[in-house]
Amino acid sequence: MQGLHMVGVRHAYGKTQVLNDISLTVPAGELVCLLGPSGCGKTTLLRIAAGMERLQTGSVTIDEVIVAAPNVQLPPEERQIGFMFQDYALFPHLTVFENVAFGLFRQDRQTARARALEVLEQVGMTQHAEKHPHLLSGGQQQRVALARALAPKPRLVLLDEPFAGLDTTMRARVRQQTLSVLKQTSVATLMVTHDPREAMYMADRIKVMGENGQILQSGRPQDIYYNPAEEYVARLFGPMNMIEGVAQDGSLASSFGPLAVGDAGNGQAVRVLIRSEGLILSHGGEQPGGTPVDVLSAHLLGDSSLVGFRVREGINSGAEFQARIPGAFDLTGRGQTWAHVDPAQVFPYPQKQ
Amino acid sequence: MWAAGTLAFTALAAVPVLAVIYLAFTPGENIWPHLVSTVLGGYVTTTLILMLGVGAGTLIIGVGTAWLVTMCRFPGRRLFEWGMLLPMAMPAYIIAYVYTDILEFAGPLQGALREIFGWSSKRDYWFPEIRSLGGAIAMMTLVLYPYVYLLSRAAFLEQSVGVFEASRSLGRGPWRSFFTVALPLARPAIIIGLYLVLMETLNDFGTVDFFAVNTFSLGIFDVWMNMNNVSGAAQLATVLLVFVAFLVIGERYARRKQRFHHTSTKMQALPGFQLPGARGILATAGCLTPILFGFVLPTVILMNYAWRHFDPELTQEILGHALNSIRLSVLAGAIAVVIAIFMAYGARIRGSRLLMVANRIAAMGYAIPGAVLAVGVLVVLGGLDNSIDGFARENFGLSTGLIFSGTIAAVTFGYLVRFLALSLGTVEASLGKVTPSMDGASRSLGRGAFATMRLVHLPLIRGSVLTAVLLVFVDCMKELPMTVILRPFNFQTLATFVHQYASDEQLGEAALAALSIVGVGVLPVILLSLTIAKSRPGHGAGQIAAQIAEREA
Repeated sequence: MQGLHMVGVRHAYGKTQVLNDISLTVPAGELVCLLGPSGCGKTTLLRIAAGMERLQTGSVTIDEVIVAAPNVQLPPEERQIGFMFQDYALFPHLTVFENVAFGLFRQDRQTARARALEVLEQVGMTQHAEKHPHLLSGGQQQRVALARALAPKPRLVLLDEPFAGLDTTMRARVRQQTLSVLKQTSVATLMVTHDPREAMYMADRIKVMGENGQILQSGRPQDIYYNPAEEYVARLFGPMNMIEGVAQDGSLASSFGPLAVGDAGNGQAVRVLIRSEGLILSHGGEQPGGTPVDVLSAHLLGDSSLVGFRVREGINSGAEFQARIPGAFDLTGRGQTWAHVDPAQVFPYPQKQ
Repeated sequence: MWAAGTLAFTALAAVPVLAVIYLAFTPGENIWPHLVSTVLGGYVTTTLILMLGVGAGTLIIGVGTAWLVTMCRFPGRRLFEWGMLLPMAMPAYIIAYVYTDILEFAGPLQGALREIFGWSSKRDYWFPEIRSLGGAIAMMTLVLYPYVYLLSRAAFLEQSVGVFEASRSLGRGPWRSFFTVALPLARPAIIIGLYLVLMETLNDFGTVDFFAVNTFSLGIFDVWMNMNNVSGAAQLATVLLVFVAFLVIGERYARRKQRFHHTSTKMQALPGFQLPGARGILATAGCLTPILFGFVLPTVILMNYAWRHFDPELTQEILGHALNSIRLSVLAGAIAVVIAIFMAYGARIRGSRLLMVANRIAAMGYAIPGAVLAVGVLVVLGGLDNSIDGFARENFGLSTGLIFSGTIAAVTFGYLVRFLALSLGTVEASLGKVTPSMDGASRSLGRGAFATMRLVHLPLIRGSVLTAVLLVFVDCMKELPMTVILRPFNFQTLATFVHQYASDEQLGEAALAALSIVGVGVLPVILLSLTIAKSRPGHGAGQIAAQIAEREA
């Protein structure tokens, strides 16, 4: 199979196990995101794939060539990969053009020059070709780094937190450009990030890594978002509301009405997580399935507002929740506020006895 | 290949010291009991007093002037910032020759005093004897205090002004704040400075030889040359190594225990206490005195001598010696930097603990006094020559004689063992500033380890490579004890020439050569001043220099 194939990779620094039996596949043309907290070993995995870190257990295959196994350790220069570093690692003593042409030394000058210019064109940096990297903005440096990694037509592209060095306004634009360049090249790409929204935006498939160096869940972005396999994965996308109780007839009684708990048996302790965007607020008259609440606070975040409220009646009476609603929320003169739950944003997790 | 090469270099660097220790414990004719009962006690006491005196002197001058120059404002401060370093250019043995010439009984100062007061003989008045332990302490203090100055100044600059101001705001005056906050924070750096001073003190041969102060370095020479006893010299050298080991361990211990993490990174302009009127003049005088006596006065006297004793024929001879010095020093500097790059880069790409330890061991030579190394190199090369000769006699029936002993190669080998640390440290420090992703970037783009070094690292650390060559070059130009012992017959360098003439009380004839050594010694001082000037962001001239440097980069 074309692309990257890692099987049973384990890695330890001294006694600390940072990677715990990781297997993954990145087919050509696909972009896979490793999503996890900082220090969970995802960068180590990337460096193992690149050959910058020595493989301890498992195997790494690129385009059906074994590049790392217990007795094989191909140096990075023989793996035909493009690596983009978090700090870009542009060579400060070379111009933008020379940086991009750095990996093209096996071709004759003419071809190398044409190829370097072609990639620079692709990332829109042709007019800066003769500048030195320190004269460029962060976003421009990022694009040069991408062009440099792509110039030798690698079989695999590895991106290590490629947008972490950029400010928020720039990030969205650079992200979109990077994605479009990568899609044009249709190369296998493995990217590492700690930002779930970035992973959602970029990835064809996401692999969520936990702090213990294991892959907790993999799947398409919508699978990860709507069917988080574990509480940890569910909580990645922001703060959660939580209701705990005991399952009865496949559901958990709450002030918002019965909440489905999947296959939790009668009498089993269940923790139900509800995304803040899964709590919907309305005003005036009685709402079906809704419960009356007292609004405590409202913070406008721009495109949405975070509203804190306290439930007035029923089993969760007195408990506080947080809802995220589109637009601004007016605290005064709205009459009675009601809250109900979007069943698609409710995630039940049976607790171990 | 990296591992094998590094281990080979480390072994080469360690062999002379190991040979000395081995010889000390397997003496041919054991004079150890004799040494213990006669001279050893004297060597130990003299060396300890010398270290104590020079240590105390350099601490007071070094820390005091560093504090004045960094924290206070008084006339001439800008000049003193780098001027305090000037005595570093002056080898201790050279100012020892100069001051002896001036201050001895037959010298101009005592002569003038006798004239004025009508004294006729030594018994009529008291005058301090320069050729004494006290004199040696004074000479070494005058030229070695810059080490303490340099490191304490850097430490004071690094300290956030915030902590000092916090102390003041809590009601402690400037003096109490200095002793309770600034000084304790700077202590780790000051100890490193002191360590360097004491290493140089142990290493000194020229001064103690001239003053006949019986330290270990001199003792080793005496037992070797006059008593003709190699193992006795090796035994003394081993005792000296124990001193060195104590120093090294002490310094390591101080460094480990006393690492302070700066709690505030505020780097505002320094307070600059104005020292008004008399106090300002006192500060100026305090800073001026060590420069005057440690550099300006001896240089002026040497210039005067060089002018008065100018002789075209002798100058021609000195030029020849200078060429010898330069060839040797350039050779050693170039080889040292090549080895340093190999070892530093090897340890970097391998990231193995073994290579890092090997590099540390190879750098230990800097702590070994020249006299000890000289004995070690002689023993090793002599042994090598003997075995080659023996082998040739047995197999080919001819004698090869001495191949390595007493050759340029022997001197160069000695220089390399002793000064490799300078180039290794410089190269390691600047390689350390290159982020490891640079390596990854180049390697992932298809370049191998060697191509990466050539295309990425070398261009990035070019400046430091030159610095490394320069540092080794200068120290080789000044080096005396190893050169005296290891040089080929009738081969003179500037240093050995000055040593020989000064010992024959002909300093005037050697003044030009001495001046040349001082001139070369000024080069790293200039380099250091430039680094100092741009060391602190947000601080006057430094700021501008830093900006220019940034723009150039």
